[in-house]
Amino acid sequence: MAITVPRPKLNWRERSYLPAIVAGLAITFKHFKNMLLGRTKVTMQYPEQKWDSSLPDHYRGAPALVQDEDGRVRCVACQLCEFICPPRAIKIIPGEIPSADRFAKVEKYPEAFDIDMIRCIFCGMCEEVCPEQAIFLRKDYAITGFTRADMVHHKEKLLEIGGVMHGVVLKWNEKK
Amino acid sequence: MSNSIDQVFVHAKQWLLSSLTGSPGWVVQVASILINIFMLLAVFLTLFALISVLERKILARMQNRYGPNRVGPFGLFQPIADGIKMLIKEDIVPARADKIVHFLAPVLIAAVAILTLGVIPYGRNMTPFTIDGGILFFFAVGSATELAVFMAGWGSNNKFSMLGAMRAIAQMFSYELPLIITALPVVMVVGSLTPDRIVAAQAGYTFDLVPRWFVFTPWGAAAFVLFFVSGLVESNRTPFDVPEGESEIVAGHMTEYSGFKYATFFMAEYIGMFAVSGLAMTLFLGGWHAPARILEIIPSYVWFFVKLGSLLFVYIWVRGTLPRTRIDQMMNFAWKFMLPMAFTCVIAAAVWHYAGRGLRGWLWSFLVIAIVYTALSTLLDTGRKLAPRVYRFAE
Ligand code: SF4
Ligand code: SF4
Repeated sequence: MAITVPRPKLNWRERSYLPAIVAGLAITFKHFKNMLLGRTKVTMQYPEQKWDSSLPDHYRGAPALVQDEDGRVRCVACQLCEFICPPRAIKIIPGEIPSADRFAKVEKYPEAFDIDMIRCIFCGMCEEVCPEQAIFLRKDYAITGFTRADMVHHKEKLLEIGGVMHGVVLKWNEKK
Repeated sequence: MSNSIDQVFVHAKQWLLSSLTGSPGWVVQVASILINIFMLLAVFLTLFALISVLERKILARMQNRYGPNRVGPFGLFQPIADGIKMLIKEDIVPARADKIVHFLAPVLIAAVAILTLGVIPYGRNMTPFTIDGGILFFFAVGSATELAVFMAGWGSNNKFSMLGAMRAIAQMFSYELPLIITALPVVMVVGSLTPDRIVAAQAGYTFDLVPRWFVFTPWGAAAFVLFFVSGLVESNRTPFDVPEGESEIVAGHMTEYSGFKYATFFMAEYIGMFAVSGLAMTLFLGGWHAPARILEIIPSYVWFFVKLGSLLFVYIWVRGTLPRTRIDQMMNFAWKFMLPMAFTCVIAAAVWHYAGRGLRGWLWSFLVIAIVYTALSTLLDTGRKLAPRVYRFAE
């Protein structure tokens, strides 16, 4: 059903358009004055002011690998995250843990673990799928680099961002 | 005392020229002209740099933002950064462009804009080039801007440039008329085309209170408003920036320009704005005269630049407030309203003069303007029936 919008009847004052122009000028001048007096809230000045302190706990920043209390990289190179990652940002080369090692029963560890941050869409699927709770999305968001290669986070960088995660599942201690 | 500060630049120039005593007359003359040109360029290019950043900052504040604030203190070095950027940018000339015309357009437009600055009195005894027909010179040279704009549009061989140039020509021609005709009453009343004489005619105060500027007479006020609006159009400023409306035709006649040539267009536009404001002040706002007798201790050139600054603020203010007009509305406005009103100002000025320039003349000329204004607005209001506005697919 078509709707006919009534056209407003303008009186002679409105038809001269002058009051409207003056009112518009008054509005812009009010904004100008309020800005000069510092009464207007303006957007955050980014590099000087940051949200960092008020980021929520569930913030999804850069994905990173974590270590457990014993300093072991929690990742067991199961490659589930590599498969789930929608833009295929993760590349893992698994390696075998030698039998002499204390954690030999874990069998595999990631020899190389690269996340291409140009591809990553910060979706958090890797964190969700990981059976070992080894990969987490941290709060880093300002990820920059001069080349494409710079933008690939290698294992060391991932561990550096990730740090140590306490008190999650400890399924590879000697007791179990 | 105040007089010596007032004349400090004039004395400085005389001192510089005094080192040339003994050399033939023409050497002194050429040196004097060169000093004038140098000072004009130095002052107005600095002002251009300053205004280009201040405009962005003021505009930003009207829109609740900060504007450029990164380069230097308060972002004041922004023009330097912009200048470097413009200089090192690649200068692209389209393959099919008319190379010579394409190159000459920015040169011409900048030259013309700077030429017009020469005849404006910047202070007591501070007119760079005193020409008897200064006002005439201003308009004659100023209208070459149209040619430059059209050269830019034609030489670029691009449909947007061409459209922009056509729009520019249309609007500039139609507003050049009211611009010149509104300057006419002042010339008539003063009886001279010399900017210095026009400024001198506005000296003094009525009842020792109100300065005797022409803007305080009915015909002067009306002519000033008309002149200001025409000036807005002539300098391609919002709300009349139709020739370069970004949302419609990219950048109009400047579409195919890049780097320093683009910057030159920009500079010419701003300098044209200074020139038109300067002329508006000379004609209607008393030039370099102080607004009150006690304020006369402040040097005349300071007053000139204070007035120029306030006019430029109004330009920016208007830009921050009004949206772009449609080209047909603008042309209608020019021919149907501005032009008759401009002629009315001429008649009102004549009435003012013959009714004795006093209160009686004031009332009579006010009456003339009021009658014509009312008659015009009644005539122009066609009461046209507009088709009903229907939303066909609305629920
Ligand atoms: S956050 Fe998403 S896109 Fe990024 S690595 Fe993890 S799964 Fe891939
Ligand atoms: S991070 Fe988790 S999901 Fe990815 S390979 Fe390591 S253990 Fe498997």
